[in-house]
Amino acid sequence: MGGFQQSVQAAVPALRRYARALTHDAEVADDLVQDTLVRALRSEHLFHGGNVRSWLYTILTNLNRNRLRSLARRPTITALEDNDAPDMSGPEAGGRDIARALATLVDDQRTALLLIVLEGLTYREVAEIQGVPIGTVMSRLARARSQIKAYLDGVRPVLRRVK
Amino acid sequence: MTDRDLPVTTDELHAYVDGVLPTDRLNAVESWLAAHPDDAARVAEWRAQANAIRAHYETAAAEPLPERFDIERLARRGRAWRGVAAAAIVMAFVVGGIVGWMAHGASAAPNTKPTNFEIFSAEALDAHKLYVVEVRHPVEVSGDERTHLVQWLSKRLDNELRVPDLESSGLKLVGGRLLPGPSGASAFFMYEAASGERFTLYCAQSSSPESGMRYREGEPFSSFYWVDHGLGYVVSGPNDRKRLWAVVKAAYDQIDKTRAPKTGE
Repeated sequence: MGGFQQSVQAAVPALRRYARALTHDAEVADDLVQDTLVRALRSEHLFHGGNVRSWLYTILTNLNRNRLRSLARRPTITALEDNDAPDMSGPEAGGRDIARALATLVDDQRTALLLIVLEGLTYREVAEIQGVPIGTVMSRLARARSQIKAYLDGVRPVLRRVK
Repeated sequence: MTDRDLPVTTDELHAYVDGVLPTDRLNAVESWLAAHPDDAARVAEWRAQANAIRAHYETAAAEPLPERFDIERLARRGRAWRGVAAAAIVMAFVVGGIVGWMAHGASAAPNTKPTNFEIFSAEALDAHKLYVVEVRHPVEVSGDERTHLVQWLSKRLDNELRVPDLESSGLKLVGGRLLPGPSGASAFFMYEAASGERFTLYCAQSSSPESGMRYREGEPFSSFYWVDHGLGYVVSGPNDRKRLWAVVKAAYDQIDKTRAPKTGE
């Protein structure tokens, strides 16, 4: 295994973590990771140095965006769990809540937030991955944080997914 | 005014939580938070959110990796696909152009020109995008006049066209139209499912040698392309590779099956 492939292999655990947080579904997440890896391996000759990890995050983020757009076009949209109210009981409750809170975010905001807090990337790296100016990343981050706060405070988000 | 005297911005509060605040601003931000309890509360909130996210998802990175993520295995598989011979039409598909990541499609067979694949599939996808959104005028001649449609376009393409019947895939022939193409006239057929989902078949003369199936992912549509007996075909549809492949296979089988043997074949 060459240096490139080794870098890709080393990134897999982080990609799984990111994908799982992004998609709210472990199976969908793993499929997304596999698609990302397949694409990355096929595009090796196009990778001209730089950060392999960032490149992989970019592929995964774009694949997820395509997946969501595809889903949005189908006649039935999978509804979020009916019980949107934060569950205050038990130690697992906080975890479920944050997962649900993330699911209420717009894709770009969720991506920005996760790349920063979960994957530890800098604002500049996120800007490169999302293909937007740093200022846009900051506003997505700010909105993500205030939306999550609103959700966890028990306030319903303004936009709901429609069945 | 030195850096440390500039008023604290919201962006800096975020940076503080995310550990990317420049060290010479640390004092300013901490003093600010001490003096502004509302902001301090927000910062505490953001920190709690970040901790919750990490706590909830950290384990995903610690799990043992299933075999499907073994890079050597994935790389081997990829190489095996690319090595499939294309002397006869083989139903192996290879990822061709990946929009945004590749400038040229990767060649499947050594003698297939990437340029033609690029041109053909781009034309077909453009036509697909352009016409599938049409409610009143998606086609020029309706599928109700199928015989006439096929005769007309066969004449224009100077080639006996076979238009697949995709009823068994749940697709009705909406109809077709004539389009200008890279090699002269192109025939364009549209199919529709009960759900409103549309697939198109784009067909034109091709000077490329016969090729295996090539896949091009677009956004939001994708297509499969192949060349057979002097004609290039592109089937385009929504980005659901499995479904698209099923339709492509049905179309290919139909076209192949109904070809009348040429003299001397």
